Amino acid sequence: MTATLAPHREPGSPAPASSRRLADRVFRIREFGIVAVLVVFVAVTASIQSRFLSSTNIQFILVDATIFALLALGETIVVISRNVDLSVGSVLGLSAFLTARLASNTHGLPLPLVFLAGIGIGLLCGIVNGLMVTIGRVPSLVVTLATLYIIRGADVLIVGGGQVVPSSYYPSFLTISKATVAGIPDLAIVVAVVIAGGAYWLRTYRSGRELYAIGSNPDAARLAGIPMGRRVFTAFALSGAIAGVAGVLWASRYGTVDSTAGTSYELQVVAAVVVGGVAIFGGSGSVVGAAIGALLLQTINSALYVLGVSPNWDQAIAGFLLILAIVLDRLISLRLTASLRRRSARRGA
Amino acid sequence: MGPGEEDGHRSPGADAGADAGEPGSPAEPAPDSAAPAPVSRSAPAGTSPPEPAGTSPAAPVDTPSMDSPGTPPAPAAPVNTTSPDSPNTPDSPNTPDSTATADAGTDAGAPVVLSLEHVSKSFGAVRAVIDGSIELRAGEAHALVGENGAGKSTMVKILAGVHQPDSGTLLVNGQPTELHGPAGAIGAGIAIIYQEPTLFPDLSVAENIFMGRQPLRRGRRIDGREMTTEADALFARLGVRIDPGRIARGLSIADQQVVEIAKALSLNARVIVMDEPTAALSAVEVARLFDVIAALRADGAAVLFISHRLEEVFEICQRVTVMRDGRHVLTSPLAGLTTGDLVRAMVGRDMPERVAGERGAPGAVQLTAQRLTREGVFTDVSFEVRAGEIVALAGLVGAGRSEVARAIFGIDRYDAGTVTAGGRQLRKGSPTAAMTAGIGFVPEDRRQQGLVMEMSIQQNVALASLATLRKAGIIRASAERSFAADWAVRLSVKYGRLTDPVSMLSGGNQQKVVLAKWLGRRPSILIVDEPTRGIDVGTKADVHNLLDRLAGEGIAVLMISSELPEVLRLADRILVMREGRLAAEFTQAEASEESIMAAATGQLEAQER
Amino acid sequence: MRWETGLVVVVIAIAIMGSSLSPQFLTANNFFNLGLNNGEIAIMALPMALIIISGEIDLSVESTLGMSSAVLGVLWADHWPMLAIFVVVAVVGALAGAINGLLVTRVGLPSLAVTIGTLALYRGIALILLGPRTVANFPTIYTNVGIVAIPHTDLPYSIGIFIVLAVIFAIVLHATPFGRSIYAMGDNAEAAMFAGLRVKRIKTTLFIVSGVASALAGVLFTFRLNTAVQDNGTGLSLDVVAIVLLAGVSIFGGKGSIGGVFLAVLAFAGLQNALLLTNFNQEATGLVTGGLLLVSVFVPNAAMFVRSIRRAVTRMTRRMPSEPALSMPRKDT
Repeated sequence: MTATLAPHREPGSPAPASSRRLADRVFRIREFGIVAVLVVFVAVTASIQSRFLSSTNIQFILVDATIFALLALGETIVVISRNVDLSVGSVLGLSAFLTARLASNTHGLPLPLVFLAGIGIGLLCGIVNGLMVTIGRVPSLVVTLATLYIIRGADVLIVGGGQVVPSSYYPSFLTISKATVAGIPDLAIVVAVVIAGGAYWLRTYRSGRELYAIGSNPDAARLAGIPMGRRVFTAFALSGAIAGVAGVLWASRYGTVDSTAGTSYELQVVAAVVVGGVAIFGGSGSVVGAAIGALLLQTINSALYVLGVSPNWDQAIAGFLLILAIVLDRLISLRLTASLRRRSARRGA
Repeated sequence: MGPGEEDGHRSPGADAGADAGEPGSPAEPAPDSAAPAPVSRSAPAGTSPPEPAGTSPAAPVDTPSMDSPGTPPAPAAPVNTTSPDSPNTPDSPNTPDSTATADAGTDAGAPVVLSLEHVSKSFGAVRAVIDGSIELRAGEAHALVGENGAGKSTMVKILAGVHQPDSGTLLVNGQPTELHGPAGAIGAGIAIIYQEPTLFPDLSVAENIFMGRQPLRRGRRIDGREMTTEADALFARLGVRIDPGRIARGLSIADQQVVEIAKALSLNARVIVMDEPTAALSAVEVARLFDVIAALRADGAAVLFISHRLEEVFEICQRVTVMRDGRHVLTSPLAGLTTGDLVRAMVGRDMPERVAGERGAPGAVQLTAQRLTREGVFTDVSFEVRAGEIVALAGLVGAGRSEVARAIFGIDRYDAGTVTAGGRQLRKGSPTAAMTAGIGFVPEDRRQQGLVMEMSIQQNVALASLATLRKAGIIRASAERSFAADWAVRLSVKYGRLTDPVSMLSGGNQQKVVLAKWLGRRPSILIVDEPTRGIDVGTKADVHNLLDRLAGEGIAVLMISSELPEVLRLADRILVMREGRLAAEFTQAEASEESIMAAATGQLEAQER
Repeated sequence: MRWETGLVVVVIAIAIMGSSLSPQFLTANNFFNLGLNNGEIAIMALPMALIIISGEIDLSVESTLGMSSAVLGVLWADHWPMLAIFVVVAVVGALAGAINGLLVTRVGLPSLAVTIGTLALYRGIALILLGPRTVANFPTIYTNVGIVAIPHTDLPYSIGIFIVLAVIFAIVLHATPFGRSIYAMGDNAEAAMFAGLRVKRIKTTLFIVSGVASALAGVLFTFRLNTAVQDNGTGLSLDVVAIVLLAGVSIFGGKGSIGGVFLAVLAFAGLQNALLLTNFNQEATGLVTGGLLLVSVFVPNAAMFVRSIRRAVTRMTRRMPSEPALSMPRKDT
């Protein structure tokens, strides 16, 4: 008996290490893949149209991608927990209009207060979403689909036919998105730091890891005694607050704000998150990946423009990439599961 | 942390009750000794043969033997509901296995750390637990046994804080306590190892163990290195090598179970509930687990051990609580009891004689599996089932039995081999093709796979026969009703109205609905996967008789069952699977619980060498 | 109380409210407009109901509508014969649905993610086809669907089509093995598969039907407004989903009826129309639709909602004497 059973374990012992390596490799390929696509895209575009790499163009791409990546950060936190927040575009729109009014000369609120107001508006929306999902037990898809329209409707009622135009702001508001350090927009630096902070939180704090656990296996999370309601609620609140901040930046970047600001942004944000390797069913993916996904989509938009391709193609490409990303993700995870299964089988045999 | 280090953290009071089970004490296998597993396993296995009913003399427990199947069991069976403090029954000279347990005789004075008193719990119409009581003392391994459906799992879920009892009290250290959810149970020092592993597939093994309790360093950040070290230490204690850094997805069932055990150990809990922890483990891993249990006891923890393998119960536990049909039947020290005693207390009557063998000779081959392989799941499985015979697939959980059945029926695809049914080779991955060839399939998970719970009884019965119940494409309501009523009567399903949701039925009647659904198609081949899991004793006998009758009528029956008495009672031939391969085949005459278990755990091959 | 009974009450209440708001409400002319404005949504709601009952969702319907409209416009501008255009549009709709269905059933992707993707993709294709162009000059024989009622009635053609389709869908869903299978897989896809139901094939079929219905809606939409533009139908998916959930179809699948959908269309159309008569900002009707959606998912959950709040409150008040802990304090390293 010992004769058969002792070797049963021994040859097996190196196997876990190799399957770990396999898993690591696959995930590294995932993020590496996005970066590679990004680099190739930039290189090809630049070789055709050198104007693409002009400092002004880079700054534009970075500032636009920054707002986008910020939204992707909030969305990622929600998606990791096996939920989705479709209301981010509407929250951005509401926050953009209201804070734009606060930043206009007639009101003249100091800049930090404007940001606080943006955070507050977004937080409020996020709290409403979070409460309905956690206490109301309504699927987040339905809740946020509804609030997507409700918040937009409220926006329309508040704005009416009006708009805020750039000339009405006090000057420092518009310079938020213009200031640069060594050719890199201040904004991009700040947001990069925020995203790095988010990534660090999700990696190294219990509450962050618990979000992954909830998304990976909700039943097991409940049995492990994780306060699921509180964590998911926090995710929605954060997503809302972040969308609120993005609204302020949006107003500063584009200047003219009416009731359509940020319309259908939610689709692009979900696309960026999924393209960035965050599993749509939760449990895996990273904030950094999502941010790179956002940068990639923004770069593609900009490249198409620079290359003279009609902007009419933008949306179809975003949709196509979203589908491509989830199909690839699915195929990779099927492959991974199958090969892990074979490995453990070989080890068991 | 090693076991030695652990001692330092135990309160002095808790150590008092643990003197007998100190690791390294002569009678107990030392936790770290590399003693070959059979030494510890063979003792009870050899000494407690499954006694045929009625032959065991001087049963120390006064079990009623006249509960006939079909009649509801008498409430509060007139069993010697031994008060835990009463001294052990002194007689029963015929229990040599007392050597295995006597050494560990629990100190009756050890403090009671946890008890459930007269709890009940119902789910809708189903009364899962009617009067359940259990009492755990520091330093003991306490067995909870009972048939499927006796209410054990519900008791576990109550201890886990998943369910709140409808009545009765939970005492922790003598104080009435309410557990608000699983976090409450963990906070109260209760750790649960569930039957089904509950892992986070996307997270690392170490995170799975420490989720929510990760070791921290400055600034409340998770200390990843410390977490890995601690996980490694836990695995060392369990004598296995699993990389704490790998993700949990793709772990074998045995490894998943090991991670679950490590998780429970990491809680440093004073009460550890193990719900069939050995179901998926190999003999070596079981031996290691038993060493760990001994060490836990030595540390003063209480272990509640649930297992269907009674020899394990005798090997590792000091006291036992038996449940039947949701009620507490007895609590007693194990020393002095025999497996026969326990079985009688569990079943409430003598085990009936085997029924197979009275059928005529089997007819033509109906179902053939040839060299069936699904990589990593099962390999090179070949067998045939003839008309009028019952062939059982036995083996441990995770041995690949259900997976073979799923592949035959077309739920899963297979990588190589062929399935022939009724003379025709079946298309891969097509349940429709399997059904056309005359196969019916009663799956293992009744609620998830067998029934559409929101639908009515009638609709569930008709679900697989809709094609025959329609006229011009429209389902004829009257035909559907009479079809369902006909089969419900034939299988004596107890129901209110046929339009009631099937979820209102008891487990046993639900299983009859699943059977009716397939029998309504008049199959020539019937695959039944765990046909009596979680159903009451009376209905169980009905199902057994039904399967027997079906075989008698010439249907080829392939049965998967983890209950060896059921297998021995019904099957004409028994195929044993181990780690995805067919390990042995027995005729009914050759088979015994020991021989099947030996083949299922791999001891057979070892002995042959 | 059955959900449908509640809906009847709601419809009556809306009728009373509407007629008290404006004497116009209960006129034949208003009914015509009311039907006209909601015909396309109503048609798309039928396959959506089946899809949601089967446990999936199709958010791409508005873009399939838009894409069909764009194809119609482009081909008409290219002087194709109208019948050939209809065939092409139907094929486009079927293809759009088939792509959704195959990605969901064969690749095994969540329908939510897939149809969010195709929501963008199909709209993007409409945008590519038409750009900023507007195609208008459709023949009056077709554009009359937006002006003329079905002879001898006050119903617009789109509502006539809806009623015929509703009857067919009701029979299929409630009386055929196909419909029974939809319920079974929506409640428990695994059990349906174990009962030998062709889950994948049926779901793919449903998505294709949804695509074709959306294409039909696209044609009606285009003719009604006599305009093919790239943003035709933007935002309608939510209206369709809202109607279906208002109809008592469970977002988790397995429950709902075509009768409910019919009543929900009435309630939805009546409410929109009443708001129209009160000079409510038309751009903000999303507020009402979204609210309706929330109400219809919250009402079935209301009991549970109250219970969970009560439990939270009792837990908070009982916090004080916590469970006696058995476990040793973890050593903090």
